[in-house]
Amino acid sequence: MSIPYLKPTVTLLCYAPLLWLVLDALSSNLGSNPIQGLHIRLGDWTLRFLCITLAITPAQTVTGWKSLSPYRQLFGLITFTYGTLHVFVYLTVDHFFVWEVIATDIIESAYLWFGVVAYLIVLVLALTTLKTIKNLMGEHWKKLHKHLYLAAGAALLHYFWQLKGNLAEPLLYSTLIALLLVFRVFIRVKNQQQSGLMVQKTKK
Amino acid sequence: MLIKTKKTIPWVEITDPAVFKNRRMFIKSLLLLPAINPGLSAVLASNRSTGLPDKPEPETLTPTPYGLPQRYTNYYEFSSDKQDPARLAQKLPIDPWSIEVSGEVERGGIFNLEDILSKHTLQERVCRFRCVEAWSMVIPWLGFPLKDLLSRTRPLSSAKFVAFTAVRAPEVMPNLAAQDTLHWPYVEGLRLDEAMHPLTLLATGMYGDPLPKQNGAPLRLVVPWKYGFKSIKAIVKIELLKRPPTTSWHGFAPTEYGFYANVNPAVPHPRWSQYSERVLGSGFFTARRKTELFNGYGHEVAHLYKGMNLSHFI
Repeated sequence: MSIPYLKPTVTLLCYAPLLWLVLDALSSNLGSNPIQGLHIRLGDWTLRFLCITLAITPAQTVTGWKSLSPYRQLFGLITFTYGTLHVFVYLTVDHFFVWEVIATDIIESAYLWFGVVAYLIVLVLALTTLKTIKNLMGEHWKKLHKHLYLAAGAALLHYFWQLKGNLAEPLLYSTLIALLLVFRVFIRVKNQQQSGLMVQKTKK
Repeated sequence: MLIKTKKTIPWVEITDPAVFKNRRMFIKSLLLLPAINPGLSAVLASNRSTGLPDKPEPETLTPTPYGLPQRYTNYYEFSSDKQDPARLAQKLPIDPWSIEVSGEVERGGIFNLEDILSKHTLQERVCRFRCVEAWSMVIPWLGFPLKDLLSRTRPLSSAKFVAFTAVRAPEVMPNLAAQDTLHWPYVEGLRLDEAMHPLTLLATGMYGDPLPKQNGAPLRLVVPWKYGFKSIKAIVKIELLKRPPTTSWHGFAPTEYGFYANVNPAVPHPRWSQYSERVLGSGFFTARRKTELFNGYGHEVAHLYKGMNLSHFI
């Protein structure tokens, strides 16, 4: 399967929400609390790209397309980009580098702890996408990158923990991520059983 | 052409009128500076002693830009979104409106809103409004002190608390049927001495307009030193009680939303800090405002809580 210019097109599309957000910000179209508007929009897109990234491997399993792997990396890095912008807006647009207020805010806000954990995991995963590091890490790399599920869990807690009432949206993302995780576990168990059977057969 | 600017000139940049009136002499004296050096010193000295304040006057509050508070409201009966109530609340019928005053009072009853309003003169009060979600506004309210109404009803000595109930109109309030967040109708409460405090208002308007429906028309409470959820909208009942009522948010999550709900930067919400607030209307790349104890009204209300541990009585 090779569609010309597919990857550059997908990459550009990934930046469309950012362009849309910048246009909304420039035209004062982010509502009465535009800074919170920025936080929410960037946070939402980080979580959406995280879900897409997590969905690539199951999609490969279902469709049998091996050529999806580069897209997993692309979406992972896009997740990192939106996550970084989310943190950057918090530090600059919202807090304007007033470190005393930032420190107090982070120490006293449990919902932020989960956000920090999620971001740090994504940061480590982004840094280890470099080919040289990936090659150096060998088998450990795969294990490390499964921690994206941990980042997803932390990001969801970060979302739930800041809400007063309406939990519909984070519940939706939670369901999606839980389904992806269940699918992965299911495939893994199935593979183990199959290899177990093969071992038994060879013994006979 | 008059160029209007919203910028206020800091007092340090304003020339003292005495200096301005003597400007010719001031300039002349500059020309003659070498000759009359002592004279210039005298002019400068007189500038220092013309009664300019040593520090700026107490901060005068600048209201949040008109329109913003009208488009950003927490009105959960209609929606958990802050923009929806501006549209959805328009369906709420508010005329005629009556308010029941009952409980531990001598002169209770059901009163027409007009009859209540005819007995009070509306005054404008520019107040800070601090939400528990760590944003804030400054609102020019139109209203009258709650104590004026309460005094008329003659509370009995047994009355210790005041409960307020908001309108319950399931036919126009989409979230009432769901019962998923809070138990409706919305209920709030104050201790009687808090309710009798001159800062506690019943508001019927803001920015010189009648109160918009999404902001709590026709009558709402304003308690400027407490988190915004205490300032209940669309009041239909005021009850004087012996015991504290179970208020809506407190009943929903007692460890997160206290009965008192005094603004206090030192006591974080269990899930987020209350140390600072985003002043709505401020632009990008502006620092957050550091939240003040009792929302800056401490000199007027701190005595109400003397001897109370404020991190316990949240």
